Amino acid sequence: MSTDNEKNYLENGKGFSSWFFTTDHKRLGVMYLCGIGTFFIIAAIASVLLRAEHLSPGRTIVDAHTYNVLFTLHGSMMVFLFIVPGVAATFGNFLIPLMIGARDVIFPKLNLYSFWIYCLGAVIFLFALAAPADTGWTFYTPYSIESGTNVILITLGIFVLGFSSILTGINFIVTIHKLRAPGMTWDRLPLFCWAAYSTSILQVLATPVVAITLVLLIGERYWGLGFFDPAKGGDPVLFQHFFWFYSHPAVYIMILPAMGIISEIIPVFSRKPIFGYKSIAYSSLAIALISFLVWGHHMFTSGQSKLINIIFSAITFAVAIPTAIKVFNWLWTMYKGSIELSAAMLYALAFIFLFTIGGLTGLHLGALASTIHLHDTYFVVAHMHYVMIGGTLFGLFAALHFWYPKMWGKMFDEFRAKIAFVFIFIGFNVTFFPQFIMGTLGMPRRYYNYDPEFTIFHQISTAGTWLMALGFIFMLYNFFRPISKTAEANPYKSKSLEWSIPSPPPTLNFDEIPTVTESTYAYGNKIERET
Amino acid sequence: MGLLSGTSKFIKALTYPSDMLPPIMADDEHQHVDPELEHAASKFGMWLFLATEVLLFGGLFAAYAIYRAKYPDMFQHGSSSLNVVLGSINTIILIFSSFTVVVAVKAIQENKIKLVKLMLWITIACGAIFGINKFFEYSYKIHHGITPGTDIFYSLYYAATGIHMLHVLIGMGLLSFLLYRTSKGYYSKDNFTAIEIGGLYWHLIDVIWIYLFPLLYLIG
Ligand SMILES: [Cu+2]
Repeated sequence: MSTDNEKNYLENGKGFSSWFFTTDHKRLGVMYLCGIGTFFIIAAIASVLLRAEHLSPGRTIVDAHTYNVLFTLHGSMMVFLFIVPGVAATFGNFLIPLMIGARDVIFPKLNLYSFWIYCLGAVIFLFALAAPADTGWTFYTPYSIESGTNVILITLGIFVLGFSSILTGINFIVTIHKLRAPGMTWDRLPLFCWAAYSTSILQVLATPVVAITLVLLIGERYWGLGFFDPAKGGDPVLFQHFFWFYSHPAVYIMILPAMGIISEIIPVFSRKPIFGYKSIAYSSLAIALISFLVWGHHMFTSGQSKLINIIFSAITFAVAIPTAIKVFNWLWTMYKGSIELSAAMLYALAFIFLFTIGGLTGLHLGALASTIHLHDTYFVVAHMHYVMIGGTLFGLFAALHFWYPKMWGKMFDEFRAKIAFVFIFIGFNVTFFPQFIMGTLGMPRRYYNYDPEFTIFHQISTAGTWLMALGFIFMLYNFFRPISKTAEANPYKSKSLEWSIPSPPPTLNFDEIPTVTESTYAYGNKIERET
Repeated sequence: MGLLSGTSKFIKALTYPSDMLPPIMADDEHQHVDPELEHAASKFGMWLFLATEVLLFGGLFAAYAIYRAKYPDMFQHGSSSLNVVLGSINTIILIFSSFTVVVAVKAIQENKIKLVKLMLWITIACGAIFGINKFFEYSYKIHHGITPGTDIFYSLYYAATGIHMLHVLIGMGLLSFLLYRTSKGYYSKDNFTAIEIGGLYWHLIDVIWIYLFPLLYLIG
């Protein structure tokens, strides 16, 4: 085709403006990666400080207000700047057009605007750090109305970030509908795209609700609206309903793309077609739909009626079904496969293990009898970190390793990657498993101080964060020290379209739009056995 | 130097987007976009965006349902204090402006550029009159000491109509942009997607008002 396409996307233009004004989905994916990576590091440092504070009861390194600020910073940054845009914006951007055989997303300029809006939201968010909020990432009223900190600015930042999320979601949905290559039917679509599609639906439908909630919260502080203020006849619990109507689906915005990544990696390193393609694909949609109906499980102790509690509890249990379907399908895919334990595969396996723990402990919290005891304890903290870190973060790391050759055109050192993995995996469990026990024993979450009987659990947990931090640093080091400056087009013999083009991909992806003739997961068919 | 050229590039990219919902690689000469695909995709994208707008107002409608059930008297009393005449005039203005937008979309498909420009002008003017009426309504209320914090009804009244008014302003901006581009000869019967989806957005503003008006003004 054109001469332009002889350059790969990394070489096509140098300097800041060639990146900041690009409409190339691959470059945008890389830039999102830099963005979320930076915020991940800042928020992770905050968490190391938080844990260090808990080395001993009472004051260890910071005072109570700083502690509140730190956990708000950690929570809101991890959620809104790292994990919500996380996998979807980075790998969604990088992979969707490559996987469906397109040259870009359908609205490349809108895609660039979404990125700018993300940057704008992040800048507002950072400005708010001048007087950082101390409300926790959920901004519950009435405290968020009374707090003397920069609640307005931080929620405004989140509002702007939400706008970016909505536009990206729209872009992906329309792209997957309209730009699939000939022969790329819905039942051949890579499972990552199914997951990204379901995620986009959640982004488009749930985000506006949190947007209006935050606008009303700002209005409450600024113009004295009364929706959440009991003195004016309002109801603070209404805020919780609105907030969780978004934020529960947001949990699946965070986890679904990671599940998609696992569905891509497991078959490649098992050399087997994915088991139960359709049930994995549809379970993504099922999770997306059910997740809109469970928000009330965050208000079991906020004075909801018993009947409503029972209904929300039952629907919450129902989410476990499509989730378990995915887990069993992944396990069955590996059954009798020839498994190769690469670093990416290790992260994928760790994902299944940790996510299962996270998911099953979610049932303890969804059951009305046990949740009264466990509500707002460290058990909840441990549960959600098993899902968010054990799930999403491990999924992201799996993707970073798996698509490393494609993204950068280089090869990393597998052995070093595995050492980093061991540190992160052990460190993670050492950090969060004691929190399950602590929570069951009654240690409340978010507290600055604690009873001396919990000291040993807190200390083990804190030590775990250091192991994890070492692992992260080593993993980063490994990424920046590739062992080979060239990568094959398809080092894993994957059948997915992104591996059919050179690494790194040419600027326009495909010289000619490919025609797809078989499933993405047709491993072990005749052709492969012969070669 | 790099910063300067970067800034000017940024401004250029903002002020001269190749289109509102940009077609695939419009500034890449190697890419030939199938106009039918572009049209269908842009409309699909706009409908998705309208869904998000409906959900945004959905939060307010949910709050309305909850608090009206809780405080029926407050809502009746509050509603009867609103100016039904001004509200009705505004309703008629918005419905009329939806009609002019329809004419504009129809006209561009028949290449009647002058008619398009006239219709867009009228629509924008309707939005402005709507805003002026709203301004008088608000200032009259505030003059009489009725503020967003007075009670839940007025919280809802100010929040819902205020956010709606913001949408009217955004819509006016959008239509002004389209008007400017129309007069530059950018749109024709082969390239009218932007006007069509701009029109869709304006209709949404109209539809939301048609729900807000009876719920707020006519229950007294
Ligand atoms: Cu939830």
